[in-house]
Amino acid sequence: MVRLNEIKDSEECTVVSLFAKGIIRRRFQDIGIVEGTKIKRLRSGPLGDPTSYLVRGAVIAIRSEDAYLIGVETNSWDSQIPRSD
Amino acid sequence: MGLTNSSVGLNSAKEILTAKKKSPGDIVIALAGNPNVGKSTVFNALTGMNQHTGNWPGKTVSCAQGYFSHEGKNFVLVDLPGTYSLLAHSPEEEVARDFICFGKSAAIIVVCDAGCIERSMNLLLQVTEINKNVILCVNLMDEAKKKKINIDLALISKRLGIKVIATSARSNKGIEELKNALLDVTGCSYEITYGEKTEQAIFLLESETEKFKDIINPRFLALRLLSCEDPSESSLMKHISISNEEKESLALTVSDAKASVFMSGDDFEDDIVKSLIKCGEEITAGAIEYQNGQYSKRDEKIDRILTGKIFAFPAMFLLLALVFYITITFANYPSSLLSMGFTKAEEYLYGLILSTGCPVFICDFIFKGVFRVVGWIVSVMLPPMAIFFPLFTLLEDWGYLPRVAFNLDRCFKKCDSCGKQSLTMCMGFGCNAAGVVGCRIIDSERERLIAILTNAFVPCNGRFPAMITLITVFFVGFASGVSGFLSALYLALIIVAGIGATLLASKLLSKTVLKGKPSFFTLEMPSYRRPQIAKTLVRSIFDRTIFVLGRAVVVAIPAGAVIWILSNVTVGDVSVLNHISSFLDPVGRLLGMDGVILMAFILGLPANEIVIPIAIMAYTSSGALTEIGDVSLISEILTSNGWTPVTALCVIVFSLMHSPCTTTLLTVKKETGSIKWTAVAAILPTIFGVVACLLINLIASIF
Repeated sequence: MVRLNEIKDSEECTVVSLFAKGIIRRRFQDIGIVEGTKIKRLRSGPLGDPTSYLVRGAVIAIRSEDAYLIGVETNSWDSQIPRSD
Repeated sequence: MGLTNSSVGLNSAKEILTAKKKSPGDIVIALAGNPNVGKSTVFNALTGMNQHTGNWPGKTVSCAQGYFSHEGKNFVLVDLPGTYSLLAHSPEEEVARDFICFGKSAAIIVVCDAGCIERSMNLLLQVTEINKNVILCVNLMDEAKKKKINIDLALISKRLGIKVIATSARSNKGIEELKNALLDVTGCSYEITYGEKTEQAIFLLESETEKFKDIINPRFLALRLLSCEDPSESSLMKHISISNEEKESLALTVSDAKASVFMSGDDFEDDIVKSLIKCGEEITAGAIEYQNGQYSKRDEKIDRILTGKIFAFPAMFLLLALVFYITITFANYPSSLLSMGFTKAEEYLYGLILSTGCPVFICDFIFKGVFRVVGWIVSVMLPPMAIFFPLFTLLEDWGYLPRVAFNLDRCFKKCDSCGKQSLTMCMGFGCNAAGVVGCRIIDSERERLIAILTNAFVPCNGRFPAMITLITVFFVGFASGVSGFLSALYLALIIVAGIGATLLASKLLSKTVLKGKPSFFTLEMPSYRRPQIAKTLVRSIFDRTIFVLGRAVVVAIPAGAVIWILSNVTVGDVSVLNHISSFLDPVGRLLGMDGVILMAFILGLPANEIVIPIAIMAYTSSGALTEIGDVSLISEILTSNGWTPVTALCVIVFSLMHSPCTTTLLTVKKETGSIKWTAVAAILPTIFGVVACLLINLIASIF
């Protein structure tokens, strides 16, 4: 598992764990981010942060420290190979 | 920049729980939906009203009402604030929920964006928990078609058991069908199932919640009571009157139910939300097909430039300068035309009234005092406003403003505040009072306060006409051709300075009286939409321009009277106006200005647009405003009174940074509920202005 802020531009991933607590957890859930939600990273802003993501058909900007609170599994091939550790 | 009565805070969002019917037989319909799905456009299309809509979240900060009739039935439509859910985590959500619960609406139209129906299911399902009579309005079908999204509406309709109507409200498509659907609303047949433990807890509460079934859906009440930590604290209970004993017994049953399934309020809420999203996936499964992927190629191309690393900031600056350039270039001619008209009208009316035998001093008071100030304001403000507002609205409708917030968020985060502050700043261009109300879109209380207190650093429309005049007179000159362009560029630079001051002030507040870490930030960036140019022009002129102008005139009338009296009442051969200005002169000089300007700023507190007129009136000492149609005449008066480019710069800077007008201050008082914060809102920008002017004056005196 990696954090949402760690994936690359245009990379797609699936949410596996929501670490956010309280109001921000609700906000994420409001926009449809729960375990199993597919998210695609679009691009970072001109100053590197926040970053826009595609969530259920909507473009949502999220700051990197907030994206850190979302645990994801990337959908790319190499992440599907079981890790030895 | 929503400048309507309600957005300037005349209606508090919480006051409206019952719809105002025109006759008892009226059918109340509520309009709910996620932010930015074109809900207000649907509202306008249904009611034929012109509530302002904008392409960014949080537009409707309070409920608007409209009326329409269809097939002999009369409907009252209540536009609820845009929300993602009804869990009441924000004031908007609470208002929306309370109205759906207690507003006695016959049916609720849930509007959703055809581009992301699945997400709207969350809200729709929550609504059906309270009231089964729901119609799903799938709006923005035209956009979805362009994005090649196919939606099987019949399937969704069948699964939910409610009517699903496709609309493109901007072009009035589907509105008749929507009205027809209201004639015969079917109840939602879809049953939401929550987790096993939640269902068990709901069952345990049944005996208590059934007691309230006449007031509220027992199942919904149970869910709300379970998902908060203390049932008596639940905002819902404010609307249900029960005795203290009943309250205690209810609280006991709730905590027992929670304990028996080992779940806390947060666990319940988590389960509820997850279940709703799962149900939403189930309902839309197989019904939506994205032929071109979910992110439109066109949006991607535009975003690559407007939010890209290289072009984002130059593009922002150029767009700002372009808007000003068009405003300045096209405002000149109508301005002088209006001014001429007012002068002629004044001469004519003055003569007319005088000939009726009216005493001269009364005529002077009315025409050389009040009428002239009003004429000044109308001719100086109306043209730039009538051009600036529509231009800005076009940018807004196109969907650019959320991109500004996106680009600038990093800066605001560095200052421990919220990127949405840039949206409220944009509203401030129109009117700072509206900007202050707009701060409701910021979730964190601390960040909202920062945005409120710093909003005045954005020059509102009452201020930038004066800035344009001074820039033209002292820095650009009248050489046609490049002059308009240079003025626009300088003005854009001043705005950038204002943004800098906003950031600095935000940082200062975060480090002192409003300590705290930046909270989270999520911002939806809607698709770019082609602005409806004709509609925008008409609307922004009628909704905004006339509104702001009306307010300015209302303030200008008494201000004109007071100024006339001050300049015509003499004490020891010198007018009171001159007494005040010579008293203020030493302070004014220190700030690179003079006593007259300082006095003008103080007297201009009710409305900033009259600052320059007052100054000119005091200089000419004619006891009345002189004719000002000609900019070169202003130049003459000012330079002959010792103005230099440094003076002009100081005045511009001070105009950018001083106490906001009284309307804004009253709005701050209303929004914060605190005299203390209102005082800060007045003093903070003034300190910035004083320091900046002192520095400018100091540096200028060295060279």
